[in-house]
Parts: sequence; structure tokens; C-alpha cells
Amino acid sequence: MGDRIYMDYASTTPQLKEVTEAMMPFFEEEFGNPQNLHSFGEGPKKAIDEAREKVANLIGAEPSEIYFTSTGTESNNMAIKGIAAANQKKGKHIISTQIEHHSVLHSLRTLEKQGFEVTYLPVDKYGSVNPQDVEKALRDDTILVTVTHASNEIGTIEPISEISKILKGKKIPFHTDAVQTAGTIPVDVNELGVDLLSMAAHQFYGPKGVAALYIRKGTRIIPIIDGGIQENGRRAGTENVAGIVGMGKACEIAKREMESRIKKLTELRNKLIEGLTSSISHSYLNGHPEKRLPGNANISFEYIEGESMLLFLNMQGIAASSGSACTSRALKASHVLTAMGIPPEIAQGSLLFSLGIYNTEEDIKKVCEVLPPIVDRLRQMSPLYEEAQKAGKI
Amino acid sequence: MEKYSDKVMDHFMNPRNVGEIEDADGVGQVGNPSCGDIMKLYIKVEDGKIVDAKFKTFGCGAAIATSSMVTEMVIGKTIDEAMKITKQAVADALDGLPPQKMHCSNLAADALKAAIEEYQKKNSNQ
Repeated sequence: MGDRIYMDYASTTPQLKEVTEAMMPFFEEEFGNPQNLHSFGEGPKKAIDEAREKVANLIGAEPSEIYFTSTGTESNNMAIKGIAAANQKKGKHIISTQIEHHSVLHSLRTLEKQGFEVTYLPVDKYGSVNPQDVEKALRDDTILVTVTHASNEIGTIEPISEISKILKGKKIPFHTDAVQTAGTIPVDVNELGVDLLSMAAHQFYGPKGVAALYIRKGTRIIPIIDGGIQENGRRAGTENVAGIVGMGKACEIAKREMESRIKKLTELRNKLIEGLTSSISHSYLNGHPEKRLPGNANISFEYIEGESMLLFLNMQGIAASSGSACTSRALKASHVLTAMGIPPEIAQGSLLFSLGIYNTEEDIKKVCEVLPPIVDRLRQMSPLYEEAQKAGKI
Repeated sequence: MEKYSDKVMDHFMNPRNVGEIEDADGVGQVGNPSCGDIMKLYIKVEDGKIVDAKFKTFGCGAAIATSSMVTEMVIGKTIDEAMKITKQAVADALDGLPPQKMHCSNLAADALKAAIEEYQKKNSNQ
């Protein structure tokens, strides 16, 4: 990455060399179709079986419960639409939250157009869902509960196992979008008590274009991609062999390195949060102070707008992200920050620094040096800052 | 992030005429925090000519650049000429804006109009 500093790991992560090396044989020599009965299919078939075991091993599942897909988005679509289709005769009510990823929210919107009804639970100021709210929202016709394990924006870790206790014995499938957590923090499908779980390899130093959906044994689901018998008939299409092998490798490494990665990232994250909020007035941490992803620092800088800050940071070689309207295609402030009750002008000034294994203490120092003058410069230009000064607020 | 022209980046990084005019003859403020852009424009008028203009802007790169550009365009113009400055003219002077920024962050011409209208209202009352 040269002199540049990457702090956008929630968006995607660089692929590890070890992962690339594991994938290499499957582009050329071992090109066969794993469904082939002849000898060319043997190597790829075996490699997929091994990868499936590694993925299962990371999340405490059985290999037969792992279904490979193309992206976290596809896994979320498959879980939500597949469960809805399988259970629509029993009922048409789904419970979710206001802070889901767009692949969940937009899947739910599609189902609403088909006559399903969705309850979007609110969150508190830290972005946490209250398990009691799930209990209150339950109806006789509820056929699915889907709650993110952690939002990619604010990093607050949701009380998934508390929610699954409430659902125990009710036979309502429970799905979690664990794209931000699987491979990053300990994720165990039995401890969480979920029936379906989405995860994506590129979030933990694996390849893009490959992901998985865990489906607990005995869960009924209708496929959303029809075709051949791949993935036990639940997700047709020739397997992305190299990608799947890469995902397996990334899972194996994630399991091995998880503890040390968490320790390192938590320390760096805390230094960054402390460094920025102590040196810049009117700056606030968004999300839960403790129950958050180890690499996630989401901070709002009042009176200024996120994209302007990102442009200046980018000129200094620092890559981060923002929940401001200007950086979203929808031109609205982040729905997650809005759901937390953060006023639009403060949501507009949010920056997300998501850290990863290649970040260093020097990176944190650099950001803490570079950002305060940027904030100051933009505030000097801001009519909102001027108003606040005149009103004696600052 | 949107790709901006070199001219937009120049006006964003080195904005012209940032600030306030204490005894401004007209002040216009447009936009709101929920869309992410607020622009406040001050003008000083002498003998029907705009002799000074300053701005403060809360917003993205495009919002800051259009504010800066409009102040440059308007200084030295008569009120009538200034009223004719359109959003498109501001965008063209910046070698264009990304399509989605055309309607959301291109507020400078609106702020200018609001400032001129305030000036005209004050003057007609005298």
C-alpha cells in the first residue's frame, strides 16, 4: 500500500498471500468441474470438501450446513427470501431492525411488495436492539426473525444469543447477518442460537466473490437460484472453486490468528478514538463504547460534513468512509445513525475508520495529527459553526 | 467518492472569498442539514454593482467549490447581470459537476439570488 493508509476494512480487506497461494492451483492445473465424475473433477471436489470443513470449523457448524454463495448480499437474499418462500403458508410476518445492511433491508422491501409484513425494530442511542422488543413484536404468523450481528457502520455487537433465548422452542427461523463478525470475532452458531448465518470471505482477508450461508440442519428453505445439484440443490451453478478454497484458507487463518488480531485492533482502535475525541472539540463516538467490533471507530465531528473531510484525508493518503448523505447514492444521511436518534447535521459529519491487521501505531498517530487541522479549516468555513459561536455554544 | 474536476478540487482546497461581511447589503442562506448542504452568501453593493461577496458553507466538496466559484463570478457584476447567473453557469465554470451533485450541492446560484432579493427588499423600503 506504499505510503497510503487504509482504514476502510469494513468495506473490504486485502487478500492474504497465503490465501492467494492456496487458490493458485485451481485456476490452471486443477481447473476441472467438481461435479465431473472423471479424474479432472477429483482434485477440485476434494478441495471444496476441505474448504467446507474449514468454514464450518470457524463457526461451530457441521460441513453439511455450509452453502457457498457469491457474496454476503446473496447469502442475505437467499436466507430471507428462501425462508419467506418456504413458510408463506404459515404466515407472512417478519421481524427485523432499522439498522440492517441494504441487502437485508431491500430483500425485505421486495417481500413487502409481495404481501409480507415486516416489523423494523428500533435501536437505542448506542445502536443496540432490545431483545424484549423482539418478544413484543412476535405474532402467531411470524415466520422469520433477522437481526444483524453487527452493523458495518457503527460496529455495535447485537445481543443475538439473548434474542435466540426468547425464540427458543417457537420454531421461528432466526437469521443473522454476520458478514462483519464472522472471521473477525468469535462466532459460534450454537452459542448464538441461530438457524441461518451469512458470512463473506473478503471481510476477513479472503477473496471477493465468495461467501457462505450457514443453514441449520432441518431448516426448510426454497432456493433462489435454480439449476443443477450443486450445494445440495440449494444453490445451483458451477462452483467458484478457487474462491471457495481461498475462503476456506482465510477461515483457517482467522481461527488461528483471531485472538491476537482482536487484541491488536482493540488497542489501536481505542488509541484512535481517544486521540481524536480528546483533541477535537464537539466530536462524539457513535455506537457502543465497549460492545463494538475491535476495528471500528465511528466518530462524528459536529458542524462539518463528511465528504469534505474524506477528500482532505484522501489527499494525505488516508482512506476512510462516512455516513454523510453526500457519500451515499441515496443522498440521505446514514439510516443507521438516523435510527440511533443522531440529528442529521451530526450524522453528516460522521467518519468511519475501520482498522485491520496492516494498521500500525504510526498510522493512528498520522491520522491524529492530520485530522484536527482539517476539521478546524472546515469549521472556519461552516455557517453552522459560526451560528454556534454567536449563540455562545462554543 | 465522486470524481471531481481539477477546477472543483482547486476551489475546494483553496476556496476564494471565505468569510462574512459585517455590514453586508444582502445575505442569503439556503439548504438544510438533512440534505447535507447549507450555504450562506454575503454581498456588498455599491452603485448597483456587487463590489464584494463572501461565503460560508457546510457541505461536500461540490458545495464548497460552487460557493467559491459564484463569489468569483459575481464580484464586479451589476445586480441585473448577477441575477442571470444560473446553476448551470456555475457548474460550467467549474468544468462540470458529477451528475448527482448537480441538484443537491449546486446551491450557490440559489444563495446568490436569496442575497440579491434581500438587498432589493431592503432598498425598496428606503
